[in-house]
Amino acid sequence: MKISTRIATIGLAGLCLSGLAAAQEVTGAGATFPAPLYAKWAADYNKATGVRINYQSVGSGAGIKQIDSKTVDFGASDMPQKDEDLAKKGQMQFPTVIGGVVPVVNIKGVAPGQIKLTGQVLGDIYLGKIAKWSDPALKALNPGVPLPDAPISVVRRADGSGTTFIFTNYLSKVNPDWKAKVGEGTAVNWPTGAGGKGNEGVAAFVNRLPNSIGYVEYAYVKQNKMTYTQLKNRDGNFVHPSEAAFKGAAAGADWDKSFYQITTEQPGKDTWPITNPTYIIMYKVQDKPAQATQVLKFFEWAYKNGDKTATDLDYVPLPASVIAKIEQAWGQIKDGSGKQVATK
Amino acid sequence: MSSTLPAHENPFELADGRVREMTPPPARPARSGAWADRLFGWAAKSAAIVTLGLLAGILIALVIGAWPAIEKYGLGFLTNSVWDPVAGEFGGLVMIYGTLATSIIALVIAVPVSFGIALFLTELSPAWLKRPLGTAIELLAAVPSIVYGMWGLLVFSPVLATYVQQPLQALFAGVPYLGALVSGPPVGIGILSAGIILAIMIIPFIAAVMRDVFDVTPPMLKESAYALGSTTWEVVSRVVLPYTKAGVIGGIMLGLGRALGETMAVTFVIGNFNQLDSLSLFQAANSITSALANEFAEAATGLHQAALMYLGLVLFFITFVVLSLSKLLLARLRRNEGGRA
Repeated sequence: MKISTRIATIGLAGLCLSGLAAAQEVTGAGATFPAPLYAKWAADYNKATGVRINYQSVGSGAGIKQIDSKTVDFGASDMPQKDEDLAKKGQMQFPTVIGGVVPVVNIKGVAPGQIKLTGQVLGDIYLGKIAKWSDPALKALNPGVPLPDAPISVVRRADGSGTTFIFTNYLSKVNPDWKAKVGEGTAVNWPTGAGGKGNEGVAAFVNRLPNSIGYVEYAYVKQNKMTYTQLKNRDGNFVHPSEAAFKGAAAGADWDKSFYQITTEQPGKDTWPITNPTYIIMYKVQDKPAQATQVLKFFEWAYKNGDKTATDLDYVPLPASVIAKIEQAWGQIKDGSGKQVATK
Repeated sequence: MSSTLPAHENPFELADGRVREMTPPPARPARSGAWADRLFGWAAKSAAIVTLGLLAGILIALVIGAWPAIEKYGLGFLTNSVWDPVAGEFGGLVMIYGTLATSIIALVIAVPVSFGIALFLTELSPAWLKRPLGTAIELLAAVPSIVYGMWGLLVFSPVLATYVQQPLQALFAGVPYLGALVSGPPVGIGILSAGIILAIMIIPFIAAVMRDVFDVTPPMLKESAYALGSTTWEVVSRVVLPYTKAGVIGGIMLGLGRALGETMAVTFVIGNFNQLDSLSLFQAANSITSALANEFAEAATGLHQAALMYLGLVLFFITFVVLSLSKLLLARLRRNEGGRA
């Protein structure tokens, strides 16, 4: 008798707990690029508040599909959606952190940052027009660098990805031929090269193939100590990829009108030309305002306390001015009756 | 039903009437009633029906998913080699070619090797070696395909590029056809490496099936042939192979099915390149499964996704054709045999 009462009590307590947990658990899904950061933020946030944030790293396209069908509380995408598309669906988006895409090479005797490239030349390499490292265009940019007389092994992403979108968007801006022949997108009709799956796949290919070139997110360059190249930015300076250089791109964008900003080829003396913010997508009218509150509280906490985590993981936090605008924009998120969803 | 005994009849009654009179009827043994038989029959039947239903369901779902692409491209999809997600134009020729070419290369390599393994294990190997060698080959089948993929990319393809492709290119430079067959950047990634990796993956399957069917050849047949003075080769080619050909072809088809459907290992070494601008064996290419694995998650709803579904449907169809062909082949072999006898 005693035992059964105890079991009943435990059962009841369990029920209460699970009820509580359900209210304090939100789910998001989408881009793989920021997934390590969101996971770390979620773990820290859980420690601080007890609220659980589940983030499924399924890819930007799948993330957009999931938020469209309302199976998650927020979606995440590396590729911003156009304002009119969002308006049609009744959604809004805001950036969380900035990432940079960096060309990497594997040439014997060439040190990180030793090779200088322009957007035009990079585009021609990916078009297959420049097929050898000893090409005059490359030699002219890199006097004194021991470039081999060997074919260039071009490496790119095989899977659709936000990284590819940013990279091809940049090439479309700086290489007219690329724009005409290939264009921009999460997956494109590559004229040449071998495809690796994911950033890690491209990194593995480049490390493995002599005389190769590829492009990966900055975090992979740092963690794998890859041989990155310099790029010529819009102001005409050759720059190294760095957190400061990425931040410059975000500061230069015009966030007042819209969060739809593709921050490639931004002005600024030290700005790295291939950067992108990664986005969160939410519905403006919320069926479950309590969940929305939890999501917004999480990101508010992350903007306030998550910068160090982001920097440690090689992501670049947004400038404070942009964060202020984002928190202002959250006012658009309302519950069914038109009341603004609480963020506090 | 006709083979089971009717339940209402007592077998004792039929056997001997006298026995029944002298002793009380024995307690009915606890036997499953007719309804239990029927229940079991239904359970077995429904398992088969569920499988068939699943197959039909997958087929229908594929057709519905692929419909926008089928409607737009029709059968032209199969011969169009342009795959351009930006412009929204899709053709499946590159992937279909890649799937077929890699699978054929895999079979060309795997069948003779598997035959050799099975022959050695059943006819030539000393008894003490049979068991460990057989187990080792079966263990190969348990290696996850991603391991083969990583190994292919990091270990095997550099070897292929340095010691096979570059010498071949030097040898055939300027020779028409042969030169084109080995052209391409020396990276060791492409149709040939994918085919070889696939061959390594399907050898254990084909070899294991071949060994098992070779083992069931009645020893009397083989010994009679030996007694007539046949060599080992004659015994294998005239006695063992004709006796086991259905099993052998079944094993090969099992391997081919696996090669057609293999995804992870292929995606690492095939290069995922959607252009068909050379027929070189060393040219990076793409296969149906690899394209699906890479592009599905990020494919925009609409034509891109429908085109991928269409590719899936094509793979389904290819597998179906392969299976039907093997059945036809077997039927023809059997008929020829009948004619001879």
